[in-house]
Amino acid sequence: MRLGAARFVGYFFILPYLIFLALFLAYPLGFAVWMSFYEYFFAAPGAVVERPFIGLENYRNLLEDETFRTTIGNILVFIAVNVPLTVVLALVLGAALNAKLPGQAFFRTSYYLPYVTASVAVVAVWGYLFFGDGLVNRILGGLAPEPSWLVNEFWAMIVISLLVTWKQLGYYVLLYLAALQNVPRQLYEAAEVDGAGTFGKFWNVTVPGLRPVTLLVVILSTIIGANLFTEPYLLTNGGGPVDQTLSPVLYMYQRGIEQADAGYAAAIGVTLSVIVLLVAAVQRFALERG
Amino acid sequence: MKGERRGRFSPGRILGFVALCLGAFLFLFPFYYMLAGALQAEPDPGISGAFPSPGELSITNLREINERVPLARALLNSVVYTAGVIVGTLTIGILAGYALSRLRWRGRSLVFNIMLLTLIVPFQLLMIPMYVMVVRGWGLGDSYLGMILPFLVNSTAVFIFRQFFMQLPEDMLDAARIDGAGELRILTQIVLPLSRPAILTAGLITFIGPWNEFLWPFLITKQADLQPLAVALANYISTVAASSANPFGAILSGAVVLSVPAVALFIIFQSYFVESETSASLKE
Repeated sequence: MRLGAARFVGYFFILPYLIFLALFLAYPLGFAVWMSFYEYFFAAPGAVVERPFIGLENYRNLLEDETFRTTIGNILVFIAVNVPLTVVLALVLGAALNAKLPGQAFFRTSYYLPYVTASVAVVAVWGYLFFGDGLVNRILGGLAPEPSWLVNEFWAMIVISLLVTWKQLGYYVLLYLAALQNVPRQLYEAAEVDGAGTFGKFWNVTVPGLRPVTLLVVILSTIIGANLFTEPYLLTNGGGPVDQTLSPVLYMYQRGIEQADAGYAAAIGVTLSVIVLLVAAVQRFALERG
Repeated sequence: MKGERRGRFSPGRILGFVALCLGAFLFLFPFYYMLAGALQAEPDPGISGAFPSPGELSITNLREINERVPLARALLNSVVYTAGVIVGTLTIGILAGYALSRLRWRGRSLVFNIMLLTLIVPFQLLMIPMYVMVVRGWGLGDSYLGMILPFLVNSTAVFIFRQFFMQLPEDMLDAARIDGAGELRILTQIVLPLSRPAILTAGLITFIGPWNEFLWPFLITKQADLQPLAVALANYISTVAASSANPFGAILSGAVVLSVPAVALFIIFQSYFVESETSASLKE
């Protein structure tokens, strides 16, 4: 009797979550795809506008859109700097933290600090460090790039990539630290018997033992990179020198909100998501076989 | 790296310690520099500016930013937005977590799998349709409700509560059931008083989302007096800063005000943050 009632009561408890899931996830997801097949422009409130079905035309235009191609190229530069750097630094710092050295709690806290701080605040101080007359250039003196970092076609995206690496790294360090607890101790002992030194053990035991986490780190940092918006918007005035820091999401914002072409922006969003899923699948395949 | 047998001062351990120190410097210096720049009345981006003497420090910049971006109002908006998201997320998360761990019903594992899938849907994909829906469709632009609602789908919070509730002994709940207590009563009077660590963890993780969020509130607020601090400061950075005497000083003061609550909460409750984030992600 009571069991039957409990079976029924479960739906009441899960209902609020399901309602929000449907309204703010499932519905917008479907709406995004639907919208991308229409010429969906915003209009002034109350005005009636036609929003004709145009099939794949948004996607066809997207394929020929030079700016969209630039944004994809930009994000590839971002990922090429961000992902390898993230994996290497997080792995090294995670392993160093795991060695039970003095001051562990202090180090863990300091690495995690940027992760809990707002991007807007972080951008403020990075902008101060990297502007033409800023501390970084003062220290570099004659070695400073010309034009300066954030207005330099080559360097602007790389600085943004370093900023995001710095901001997110603490989270990945902790992922590695947690995973290191699960690498079997016997493997280290066996390697020691085989005469492996500190480096040998790190390379032959630690690195392979952490492969599942490395996959997670690679995929997560790729997804975060593909969603880049705040940093280029604020640090390089919404796109930087000749669009060299224009990210796909920033472009989506320009087309969808500023220029009111929501259908086209939705097509950008869908295409970007498909690309990210494909890249993640390739990464998974490569890392699981490698 | 667990080579404790090789003595306390093996080359590997010394190298590791040097790496940790170098890392700590790179992570902490920008925070120190943010504070130094915020407190200097005269901007000094040179090397000496990184070591201001106490006599140079003042809160002129804070006054300057407060004139352009009324901080009290912006902070109030941030607090309302964040508090709304936390209360909503915890309520939905506790109910859903309880249903997914302690109640039996058809479709439970399906819902759990869908929940895991939602963790990979990027918000940015939903940005345009969500904007059309919330601002154009429901007329919730320039409102707290419009800012809060989309953030209440928080599968990480549901996941934290589910994991925590699963560890509670079944006997205890069954005893209450035999005494005739309903599930809602069991949840609020027996389970929740035991769940303070989970509530704190989920609350803290939820906090950094809306408090630091820029994109969504930026999209839906046109009225300056409804913007949370992150948005107001960003607007100041991208538009007004050029007309200011010491734009960097004012911006950095704003950045300090924005960072302090999150950093302070994190340092006070760091053990909760660290353990939960990693265990939650590894089990995804």
